[in-house]
Parts: sequence; structure tokens; C-alpha cells
Amino acid sequence: MGVVKVRRGFHEARWEEPIIFELSNEGERGILIPLDDKIRREVGDVLSSIPEHMRRKDPPKLPEVSQMRVLKHYLRLSQETLGADLNIDIGQGTCTMKYSPKVNERFVAMVRELHPYQDEETVQGALEIMYKLDLFLREISGLDRFSFQPGGGSQAIFAMASIIRAYHKKRGEERDEIITTIFSHPSDAAAPAVKGFKVITIYPDPETGIPDVEALKAAVSKRTAGMIVANPEDTGIFNPRIKEFCDIVHEAGGLCGYDQANANGIMGIVRAKECGFDMGFFNLHKTFSSPHGCGGPAVGALGVRRELENFLPVPVVDYDPERKAYYLNYDLPDTIGKVREFYGVFPVVVRAYAWIMALGEEGLKEVARVAVLNNNYVMHRILREVRGADISYPANKRRIEQVRYSLKKLKDETGVGAEDVIRRMADFGFHLWTSHHPWIIPEPLTIEPTESYSKEELDEYIEALKEVVGEAYEEPETVINAPHRSVIHKIEDNSWFSDPKKWSITWRLFLKKHGGKL
Amino acid sequence: MKLGLIVNPIAGMGGRVGLKGTDGPEMLKKAIELGAKPWAEDRAVDALKALLPIRDSLTIYTYPHKMGENAAKRAGFNPEVLGSVGEETTAEDTVRAAEDMRRVGVDILLFVGGDGTARDVCRAIGTSLVTLGIPAGVKVYSSVFSASPKAGGELALKFLRGEVSEVIEAEVLDIDEDSFREGRLSVKLYGYLKIPYDSNYIPGGKVPSSHSESYDREAIAAELLEVMERDVIYLIGPGSTTKEVMKALSLDFSPLGVDAILNGELIGKDLNERQIIELISGRKAKVVVTPIGGQGYVFGRGNQQISPEVLRRVGKGNIIIVATRGKLESLRGRPLLVDTGDEALDVELSGYYKVITGYREYTVYKVVPASTLES
Repeated sequence: MGVVKVRRGFHEARWEEPIIFELSNEGERGILIPLDDKIRREVGDVLSSIPEHMRRKDPPKLPEVSQMRVLKHYLRLSQETLGADLNIDIGQGTCTMKYSPKVNERFVAMVRELHPYQDEETVQGALEIMYKLDLFLREISGLDRFSFQPGGGSQAIFAMASIIRAYHKKRGEERDEIITTIFSHPSDAAAPAVKGFKVITIYPDPETGIPDVEALKAAVSKRTAGMIVANPEDTGIFNPRIKEFCDIVHEAGGLCGYDQANANGIMGIVRAKECGFDMGFFNLHKTFSSPHGCGGPAVGALGVRRELENFLPVPVVDYDPERKAYYLNYDLPDTIGKVREFYGVFPVVVRAYAWIMALGEEGLKEVARVAVLNNNYVMHRILREVRGADISYPANKRRIEQVRYSLKKLKDETGVGAEDVIRRMADFGFHLWTSHHPWIIPEPLTIEPTESYSKEELDEYIEALKEVVGEAYEEPETVINAPHRSVIHKIEDNSWFSDPKKWSITWRLFLKKHGGKL
Repeated sequence: MKLGLIVNPIAGMGGRVGLKGTDGPEMLKKAIELGAKPWAEDRAVDALKALLPIRDSLTIYTYPHKMGENAAKRAGFNPEVLGSVGEETTAEDTVRAAEDMRRVGVDILLFVGGDGTARDVCRAIGTSLVTLGIPAGVKVYSSVFSASPKAGGELALKFLRGEVSEVIEAEVLDIDEDSFREGRLSVKLYGYLKIPYDSNYIPGGKVPSSHSESYDREAIAAELLEVMERDVIYLIGPGSTTKEVMKALSLDFSPLGVDAILNGELIGKDLNERQIIELISGRKAKVVVTPIGGQGYVFGRGNQQISPEVLRRVGKGNIIIVATRGKLESLRGRPLLVDTGDEALDVELSGYYKVITGYREYTVYKVVPASTLES
């Protein structure tokens, strides 16, 4: 047995590093380019090739910082994170934080120099990888054809909404409502809304947490264009009547889209096809080994049934047996066009392909089984040993790969709530996420152990959680005022995130709203 | 910074001795005879302690003795004491105190009491000041109270520091104490007070702060305007969420009553049951309502004008429920309730409704007769 340690002496780096714009000195440069007259003559007047009206009047206000300073700046910032390879990242529920084998980076390094405009003949290997990954995902989902173009889960949802729109338009039907559930990912509502759909949300049964089938029956109508839901939902609860849900939507004339962002516990065990879905997507980041991107490069691999194949984004990868060659096929008559440039983030495709090849069918099923086992082990211990913690919908103890817990009892008994516990866990070197929308569950906390972590690591996490909860009962102020050993103190003033007059997502906006002063 | 403080010293005294409120001198006498002790002052002290970090820059304006002076001193402040009061305080003292606070121009007025106190404050100053109720009464149905005294103090602190800037109109509700003692519940909407809004400090409002309550209300009004049909009478029930549509149409309206719109024009204001029935007779009409108070009542609380007969004429299919996402989330999955006073109708009205929760956003939500929960 390995050591299970509560890291009471942990302290994260605290650099108090300014924002890069604040480090700027006028005229400071990373590289001083030698500009002698010969070069000037060779190059000529570069700007004249840009039409007059397109030339900017003022240079962009970029930070002017030397190389070494830039290096230090970002190294310092990197020390102030608790990334997936650094902490036991099971507290980022719904995000499926797991180990991404480092050997896959060697394969990625091999394809890094590829250019998306390269001639097909020169990238036959890359096209073959895409083609075969499509075949693998067909097996795993039961769907008939995949596109890797969407650059993430939300974009894949957007693509599904686009297909739903195009499908009804082709049939000459006016349908403008998409149904989702309140514990599906918020993007299942947001992406169709961006596409112009009305969104109808369903609440679960208040006892079991399972989506209410009667509510669905009340929701469908001749306006129903489709349903887009996750299963299991973000509570970790699997809707066992999902086939019935799909049947109800089909009977009303709608299509069913599957958000498989939570596929990690059912991979190889439950398939989209048998559940009755017409389409769905996997997050190749998260579930299939690429690190969870948090907005970075990712792939929402979008699969559809045969009848919807022609609606997919273009191009898809095909194989021509006569030429014995793979090629990019742009000829899909009903295509929704492009949701993103090119064919998908190729390094992510490569990692997923390598990961599946390494594991095989049994291996993938083993991933799902271990993820479920780990989750239920953690739940079992938390319910027995972590005072003041309960699960959401306690009447229904069945969970798949994650659990949304509730610390309501802790809050009532000590005044210490979920947000306080989350901040205090950082003092022990753990990232515990704050986002558990919607807050129907009081004092929510979502933990998703995945298959990657050993029993000792899960135990370490639980011991730290017990330590924090113990503090809540003994010395609540310590938890309420946390963090004490992290990169920053507690931020009391929430209005920087909630007040439109104050928040700013860029430096320029910050200066505009706050007159250049902090 | 200026903070006003009004303590209703007798608030909450009836509760512990089972009296359901202390409105009126007779009930107070009875409460004291039964051994009731004042506790509002303790609640005020709990709230004020949260403001100690800004003690040096804060001036507390309050009324003498039990009406706030004692509490402020106990909490460690040197208050500016206004006005004068007799041995026994009355509702009129609260009204006078609130008016004085308005004259002083306090940044926020904390009042410690229950629904009765909220009504008095509302009567005196309406929405002219930012206020916040510190719960100490027996009846706390109104949406103007913080979750606890400490939460109230913390919210006031954040507001004064500029860390909470959203201010919303919240409902002042009260039950009729006479009928409540006789076992009947009759809740009325008396008006609105302006309160600082942060879902962490207002009970049942624990929702993420990324969507604002006032934005959601506007979005609901926008959707309502889009789905409104021509030549149909829309009966707009009480509630700040429903009345947002009147504001959007630039129509005059009664904040507490039922108003009627036809083709974008106001055709009836503050209608009673009989007037509603006359107006909709032989016409197609729809009713727009929002759950009032924290319990999720769609009918039977604060909108009794929309009577069983009105509802029968309008028909179940023409009921439009609107509610902000925060409001629905605060129910924690509990159903919405109907209590029209007609049990058969309550059963008829129960079922699933497509509640308007935003612009082009709906939530299918269950409505049940209130009686099924009580049994």
C-alpha cells in the first residue's frame, strides 16, 4: 500500500505577478530585427500591398516585453495552477479529468508540421487515422458516420442544432423548439438558442432526480424540432427511460441529439443507437485522452445515423477502393456547411486513435467499469465518513461516473458552505470546482473520480475533505476565510464577476470601464 | 456612509407563544401575558456586528431606546438618535422613523421585524430608499428579508462597499392575522420595497450570480410581447415579474392589482373580480401570473381577484405562468401551488405548464393543489 497523506504543509507559489500589460515598457522588444538598407530594398514598402482603408491608424496596444521577462511571466503563472497532471483532479466534476498518456505526445509531435492545405496524396496516413477513428466511434456509439470538425462539445451541440434545422427545412416543416433537461450541460440549451430555437427545459422528478417523463409529454408539440440531452446527467444520474424519451420526441416529429460529454462511465456498455438517438457527439478531449481543453483545442466528434449522413459538415474523410486512396469528400447534398475551418484538431484525433488502439474493446469497457467503481467507492466513503455531506436526490443512490453532492447539512450546522470548502481544499493542493449550475441542489459539490486515479489517491482526496469538514465544525473561520496557502486570498467582492458595469474580459475593456486605474 | 436602523421591538414575540403575530396592542398584551420576550434587539445586534469592519466610516441613524439605539450601542456603534418614542411603540413610530430616515438620506435602511414592519416601512417610504429586512417577525412571507440577521448585515456591508450593486423591487406580503388565527390563510400583496440583490443572502435565492434577476424579468417581458395575440385580453396579475410587460409597453399599471391589456393598450386597471368578469365576458382572455412569495403559489396568494369564476371562464389553456429562473431554482424542485379556494378547480388546474423563464426560454413545471401538500 502506498502512502495516504494529508498535506497540511502544502503551500502553492504566490508570485503576485502583474498582468502582462502592466509589465509593458514602451519600445521593449523580444527580438530586435536587423533592418539594414539591403533588406529594406529587397522587401520594399510592405504596407502598400494592404488597401488604404484596411490599414489601421494606430498600432495595436500590445504589451512590449523582453523575451526573458515573458518566459518568467508565464512560468510563474504556470506555477500558480493546479493542473490535471499536478493534483488529484477529481473535484472538477462533469469535466472528466483523466490521465492522458504521455507517449501519445510523441505521435502528436510527428504530425505537428502537417498543413491543412497539403495535397491529399501527401497526407494519406493522416486521412487513414481519421477514417479509422470514425470506424471505431461507429462501433462505440452504433451511429453510422462521424465528423471531427466541431472544435469542442458546445460546437458539436451547435452542429446538431444546425442539422435539426436543416432536416425540418428539407421536409418543409416549421419547427422551432428544442427540449432539454435542467441537468444536461447548459450548452445543450445555449447552442440551440444561438441557432434561433426556443428552448424548453424539463425538471427531474424531485425524489429520484430522473428526468420527468410526464413533463416531456407536456413539452412536445407540433413545434418540437428536437431534444438534446445528456445521459447520465451532470448529477451522475442515468435516465433508464431514455428510449421512451426518444420515442416520445420521434412520435412528435422531432429528432434526438445525444450530448455524450458524460460518456466515461458507459463507454462500450450503452450505445446512442439503442437508446434511440439520431445523432450524438463524444468529446475526444476528456473521454478519449486529450487533456480537457477549457476552451483550448478540442474535438466534439459528431456522429449521425445513416438517414442524416448527408447533413454532416464538410468535408468528411472517405476511401476510394479503386484508387486505393483516402480523400476529403465535400459532396454531401444536404450539408450544413462548416461549423469550423478544416477537418478537426488533428493532434486530438491522433491521441484518441492511439488511446483506443492501446486499449481495444475490452480496455474501453474496463475504463468505464473502473470509472464507475471509483465513483461509487468515493461516494460510499463520503456518505459514511464526511460529516454534513449528502448526495443530491438521496432517495436514489444509483450513480454512474460522478456524483453531485450537497453540503446543506454542513452549512446548516456550521455556517460553512460548499464555496468555503472548495476554497479550503486549495490549501491542501486540490482543485475543487465551483461550477454546479443550476443551484437547485443546495450547497452543491460535484466529484468525478474517472478511471485514472489509484485507490490511495482517492483516499488522499477523501482524507483532505474530512480534514476540511472537521475544521468546519471545530474552527469554521479557518474554512470561511480560506484559502490561506494558495496563490491568492479569498475574494470577497463578487461584483467583479456579476456586475456588468465592473466586469471586463479584456485589458482594453478594463481600462475603459475603470479609467485605467485599479 | 449612512445607514438607517429601525427595530420593531415587539416583532416576533407572538411566535414563541403560539400567537401568530403581534399586530395591535391587544395581541401584544396577550403575548406578554403568555411570557413572550423581545428578541428583535438580539437579531438587530447580530446583523449590525457584520458591519463593524466599516465602523469608522459609517454613521448609523436610528430611533431611541428599543427602536434601535440600544441595539446599535450593544453592537459597538455610537448611533445618531432621531425622534422620540413613548413607553410602548406602535406602527406609527415605525412609519415616522422611516420618514425621518428618508429625510436624512441614508444609503440603506435596515429594519428589523416581520411582514407587519415591512408593510409599515413600505407605507412610509415606498421605493424611495434602498432597504433590507432583518427577519425577526413571526410572519416573514415578504421577499424583502435576508436569510438571517448575519446574512442581512453582510449584504448591507457589501452594498455599502459597492460590492453588490444590483437593486430590485421585492414584494411586501402579509397575511391577514385575524383569518390566520382562525386557520384561514389569506395573503395579500401590499407593495414593493427596493432591496440590494445578491442570491447568496436572500433566502431561497441561492442561484449563480451570472444571470441577474432584473435582466431575467426584462427578458420574460420581451418573450411575452412576442407571443401576445391580437384581439385577446391579457389580464396581468400582480408581481414585479408580470408588471415588467406593462413597463415594456409604457402603460400605466397598478403594482398590486390586476390590469388588462388589449392590443397593446390598457383597458382596465386594478380590476376587482366583478370588473374582470364583466370585461372578459364573451371575449377571449388570457391570464398572466407569477408565483408570489417564496412558497411558489401561482393562485390564491396576493391575486385573489383572479377568482375561481374568472379562471373557469378564462380556461386552463389560457393561463400563462411567468417566473425567473432564480425563482424556479429557489423552489428546489418543489412544485408550484394553486389554492383558489375551490378544491375541484385546484385539481383541474393542476398539471404541467410551460412557464416563460426568459426570452424564447420556457421551463415545463408541475403545478399541484396546495391541499395535496398539506395532507
